[in-house]
Amino acid sequence: MDIRLDSISHKYGDTDVLRDISLEIPAGQIVCLVGPSGCGKSTLLRFIGGLERPDSGRVLQLGAAPEGCLNPLTFVFQDFALLPWRTVKGNVSLVLEDHGIRGAKARAIIDDVLTRTKLSDFADALPKQLSGGMKQRVAIARALAVKPAVMLMDEPLSALDSQTRELLMDDLVSLWTRQPFTAVYVTHNLSEAVRLGHTIVVLSRRPGQIREIVTIDTPIQDRRPGDPVCQKKHDLLWELMREEARAADGELIDV
Amino acid sequence: MSEIGSSNGADTDQPIEVRFRGGGFAPKSRRWVGFAVFVILIVFVQWGTQSGWISPLTLPKPSDVLATLGQLWESGLLFKHLEPSLRRLVVGAAIGSVTGIAIGVLIGLFSIARAGLVPLVAAIFPIPKIALLPLFVIWFGIDEGSKYALIAFGTFTPTVVATYGAVDNVDRSLVRMGQSFGLSWFSIVRKIVLPGAMPGILSGLRISLAIAIILLVAAEMLGAEYGIGAYILEAGALYDLERLFAGVVILSLLGVIVSASIGFFERRLLGWRT
Ligand SMILES: Nc1ncnc2c1ncn2[C@@H]1O[C@H](COP(=O)(O)OP(=O)(O)OP(=O)(O)O)[C@@H](O)[C@H]1O
Ligand SMILES: [Mg+2]
Repeated sequence: MDIRLDSISHKYGDTDVLRDISLEIPAGQIVCLVGPSGCGKSTLLRFIGGLERPDSGRVLQLGAAPEGCLNPLTFVFQDFALLPWRTVKGNVSLVLEDHGIRGAKARAIIDDVLTRTKLSDFADALPKQLSGGMKQRVAIARALAVKPAVMLMDEPLSALDSQTRELLMDDLVSLWTRQPFTAVYVTHNLSEAVRLGHTIVVLSRRPGQIREIVTIDTPIQDRRPGDPVCQKKHDLLWELMREEARAADGELIDV
Repeated sequence: MSEIGSSNGADTDQPIEVRFRGGGFAPKSRRWVGFAVFVILIVFVQWGTQSGWISPLTLPKPSDVLATLGQLWESGLLFKHLEPSLRRLVVGAAIGSVTGIAIGVLIGLFSIARAGLVPLVAAIFPIPKIALLPLFVIWFGIDEGSKYALIAFGTFTPTVVATYGAVDNVDRSLVRMGQSFGLSWFSIVRKIVLPGAMPGILSGLRISLAIAIILLVAAEMLGAEYGIGAYILEAGALYDLERLFAGVVILSLLGVIVSASIGFFERRLLGWRT
């Protein structure tokens, strides 16, 4: 299932947040969204996930969701959004219960996703007993449990320290290589974008417009830190982002 | 550098342990402290009345009150009074708090309910419910009906206010999460909103149930043959301080039991809080 954004524009009150965004998100690829703070990345992601409606433009699903998919568009939130009163297992089962999946079938799915995110030993722990990285892994396990067609990840790693972030990036890479998933991945962190993105969409400062689309052809499982191709892309992105940031600064002075 | 160090006096070179200033603000379970406060107070009064500097007209001897309680127990009168009181309390408080929680959740979830009911609740909250007792007697009869109604009405308003405040405070990002996973409206309310509002609802119940006990006594002072309130009223009319205090002790015990059982539920239901 592909996603197509068809000239999306949006205003919050008098502030133009997004202007004429058109984008294809092909199945099986990770599309990273980068851009200066406040340019509307999270807003765009909420539009894609159907949590909000844009003023104009449409978000289209192309083709049917794959078989067995319970929740085609599934979020992974920056603040984890785990229910603190449910155990790890309970948090995963929450999203299955509404689809009538209970008992042995639910247990099988829960066991599977907890194994894939290396959380089997913590199935009965409450969120307050987990570290930040583990909480985010629970959130990822919960997202995997509904077999999403597209994962919508809003800075999923930015609440974590850099070591944990590295480890979780490795986890995401191995999850993807084992079973390619489609994802829209919002981030501030260019090395995350270069590590995980098949395409990297650079948004301009507010009002957010597509500034540049960068593709990286190196398969994501082969990307190593210091890889010359990746480094070049990283530098290119860095340059683009810096121009945007500088322009945004200039604007504040102009006002 | 050394100049600065030495100018502050001889002992600045000594390492100073960092003063501990954390801790606190995390209530722990220390049940014996509450118990000790009671014991000290009672021993103090006993000593005062025994030695005579508290006159028997001011306070009865705790030992006499205990003896009165013992008599109450032996004669079987205790249960004759306790049974109707407990029934009134349980029925009245159950009606009041269940409807209160239901209305509070509605106010918390629907703007229409909020716009329509919040002013109404604000209007009936400050009415002393006891003042309405004669009205309730006309509406619901002099028997049990008016007593249930008074207690229910008295617990209803604080429960509503606590509940909708608690629903308002539920983390909206959890609700968004529920929606993003396609949970039904009913599931979101039952699995996210209600558990999230539970801490606020329970602390509201603490207050409403104490109010229920106060109103119980008020209701029983008007036309009840049996009941703790009736017993206290009768003792007061005869200026029988021992019996009056025996009644008061029963009420206090009731309050402690109610509070302890809410504490029990809080520990059971809210263990997830950090
Ligand atoms: N619900 C809302 N009501 C009004 N304004 C909003 C709302 N949500 C976002 N905005 C505004 O829209 C703009 C874009 O917000 P958004 O959260 O999408 O930015 P972002 O690119 O995700 O930023 P960041 O990188 O800091 O997360 C901001 O200026 C923000 O103030
Ligand atoms: Mg954001």
